[in-house]
Amino acid sequence: MAIKIKLFANFREGRGKIVEMDYTPGMTGQDVIDSLGITAPEIAALIVDGVDGKVDAMLAVPVKEDGYMAIFPPVAGG
Amino acid sequence: MVTWEKFYVSIFELAKKYIGGRGLGTKLYMDEVDPQVDPFAAENKIVFINGPLSGTATPTGGRYMVVTKSPLTGCIASSNSGGEWGAYLKYAGYDAIIVEGKASLPVYLNIDEEKAEILPALDLWGKYTSETSDLLIEKHPGAKVLTIGPAGEKLSQMAAIMNEKDRAAGRSGVGAVMGSKNLKAITVKGNLRPEIARPDGLKAVTKECRTLLKENGVTGGGLPTYGTAVLVNIINEHGVYPTKNFQGGQDPDAEAVSGETLTEKYLIKRNPCHHCPIGCGRWVKSDKSPDGIGGPEYETLWVFAGDLGIDDMEVVIDANYWCNELGIDTISAGATLAAAMELYQRGYITDEMLDDEVILKFGNADSVVHWLKKMGNREGFGDLLARGSYRLADFFGVPEYSMSVKKQDLPAYDPRGIQGMGLQYATSNRGGCHVRGYLISPEILGLPEKLDRFDLAGKEVWAKVFQDLTAVIDSTGLCLFTSFALGAKEYADMLNETLGTDWTAEDVLLAGERIWNLEKLFNLEAGISSEEDTLPPRFLEEEMPDGPTKGWVHKLDELLPLYYKERGWDEDGIPTEERLEKLGLL
Ligand code: SF4
Repeated sequence: MAIKIKLFANFREGRGKIVEMDYTPGMTGQDVIDSLGITAPEIAALIVDGVDGKVDAMLAVPVKEDGYMAIFPPVAGG
Repeated sequence: MVTWEKFYVSIFELAKKYIGGRGLGTKLYMDEVDPQVDPFAAENKIVFINGPLSGTATPTGGRYMVVTKSPLTGCIASSNSGGEWGAYLKYAGYDAIIVEGKASLPVYLNIDEEKAEILPALDLWGKYTSETSDLLIEKHPGAKVLTIGPAGEKLSQMAAIMNEKDRAAGRSGVGAVMGSKNLKAITVKGNLRPEIARPDGLKAVTKECRTLLKENGVTGGGLPTYGTAVLVNIINEHGVYPTKNFQGGQDPDAEAVSGETLTEKYLIKRNPCHHCPIGCGRWVKSDKSPDGIGGPEYETLWVFAGDLGIDDMEVVIDANYWCNELGIDTISAGATLAAAMELYQRGYITDEMLDDEVILKFGNADSVVHWLKKMGNREGFGDLLARGSYRLADFFGVPEYSMSVKKQDLPAYDPRGIQGMGLQYATSNRGGCHVRGYLISPEILGLPEKLDRFDLAGKEVWAKVFQDLTAVIDSTGLCLFTSFALGAKEYADMLNETLGTDWTAEDVLLAGERIWNLEKLFNLEAGISSEEDTLPPRFLEEEMPDGPTKGWVHKLDELLPLYYKERGWDEDGIPTEERLEKLGLL
C-alpha cells in the first residue's frame, strides 16, 4: 500500500508534484517529511487526509493506508 | 463646467488622526459630501490621495487610494492601486486631488510641477485603456497615466481605474464615478521629492524593513517566485476554492491555472510596482504582444477558471487583458459571468435572451471574452451584466444567486470553511472584499500562526485587529502585502521618521480603528444599515457539498453579536457614543 504526498511551490524542486511512498504501520507525517528531506520549520501548512491544523500537531498524526498529505511552504497573496 | 483650483491647506493635524490615503481621504471626502449623494451626481466628489509614505524610499511606497461613494454598493469606496502613478503624483508636488462637478465634454487633467490644467479628451473618449495611455504619454512624455476605459465612460457599476495599463483601483465601481464627471484620465509627472522629517532615521528603518521583507518566507520567497497565483493550490486543497458560482469548494483541475503552472509555462519576468522589493506582479506570454503583457492575480485566475468551470490558463490571461483594456474589475466581471451561468443553469436566462449568441454556460470557454466585451461596452445583454451580479440576479427576482455582500461580488474564498473570513466579508465597510482584513492568513496559510478555520473562538478579535491594521496600511501609501513580514510597530516607525511624529504601534492601531468607525458612520448615514452585515443565504443555509469543507455552513449569527461587542458597538451594530468619544470622532 502507498500513500500519496502532494507537494507545492518550491517543495516541488527536485521532488516533483506528487511522491508516492510505501505505507508502513504507525507511520506519521514526521516520518514522511524526514524521508523527503523537509523540516518542520519550512512548512507553513499541512493537510493530512483532508484535515488541516497546526503543523506540529499534524506531523504527529498517523497517516492512513491509501491516505494523502498536502505540504505547503509559506505562500500567500490576495 | 469644471474649473481648476490649486490650494494649500495644512492637513498635518488631520493626518495625525487619519494618517493619509484611505483614512485621510475618507475624512476629507466626508467633510465635503452629503452621504446621501447620488454617486453619479455632479455633487459627488472623487478623491485621489497618497499616503505619507507614497513617493518615499520605503518598500512599496508608491500606492494611491481613490475615495468616493460607490455606485456598486452605496457604501464608502476606497480602492487602492500600485504601479507608479501614486509616487509621481507626489513627485509633481501633490498629496491629493479632489475632483468635483462635471465637465460638459470629456476632459483629462494634466499635472506637473509647474501647472495643473484641464484639457479636452474628446479624441480619447471610447478608447481602450492602453491606447489612451500611449496617446497621453506621446503628448506628455515621461508622464504616468491613470485612465478609465469604455466601462467607466458608460457608468458600469464595476468600472475600474487603470494606471500603467495593468494596475487597477479595481473595486467598487470607482471608474464609473470618473466617467460620470466626463473625466477620462489624469496624467502626472515631476521631479520633486517629499520632505522627510528625519531622513537618516527613515533610511535606517527602511533598511530594517527591507531586510525583514527579504528574509520572510512569503515576501522574500513565495510571492516573488510565484506571484499571488500561488494561492490556487493551497486554497483548493483546503476545499474553500469556490467552483461554479460557489456551488462547490474544490476543483480537480485547478493545477492548470495554479501559480506553479503560470511560473513554469507562461512567466516572462516579475512586474513590480514602485520601489517594491517583493514584486508579486507577473509579466506573461500572450498572443496580444510579442513582449508579453501583465499577468493575472490569484483572484482573477480563480474567477475566470474555477468559478466558471473552465480551467484554461490562456482563457484567464485573455480575460485579464480584456478587463484591463475595458477598465473593469476582474472579480466583479468574472463573478457576474458566474452568476449569469448559474441563472442559465436554473433556467432564468434563456438562449433567446442571449440573442442566440455564445451561451453563458459553465465550462463554455468561448463565452468569456465574448461577454466581457459586451459587458464593458454595455451592448445587448451585456448592459445588464455591466451592473454586477447582484443587480443581474435581482432583475430575475432571485438576488440569492448573487454571491455578494452589500452588492459587491465576493472574492476567491468560500466562507463556509473559513469562519473568521466570513465574518470579515459580512462586516467589511466596502462590501464583499478580501483586502479589508485578510483572515486567510491565520485560518488557512498559518501566518502568523495557524488557527482552526472552523472554530469560532476569538474570531471576532482577529477580525477587528486585522481590519484595523489594514486600515492603517491602506493609509500609509504602502502595499498590504508588506504585512506578511511587517507589523504595526514597523509602520509606526516609518511614519514617525517621515512625519516627525512619535506614534507607538498602539497609536496607529487606534487610528486604524478610528478610520474603520468613520467609514461605518458614512455607511450608516448613507442608509446602509447593519442589516446588510450578512452573507448570501447559500453560505448560511446550504452545506458545502464536497471536499475537506463538506457539511459546513457559516455561523454568522453566532459571530456577529460578538464582533459588534468587540468593536464597542451596540447590538444593532451602531457605534456607541462612548466608543466614538474614545476615538475622537464626536
Ligand atoms: S507586493 Fe505586488 S502588489 Fe504589492 S507593491 Fe509589490 S508588486 Fe505591487
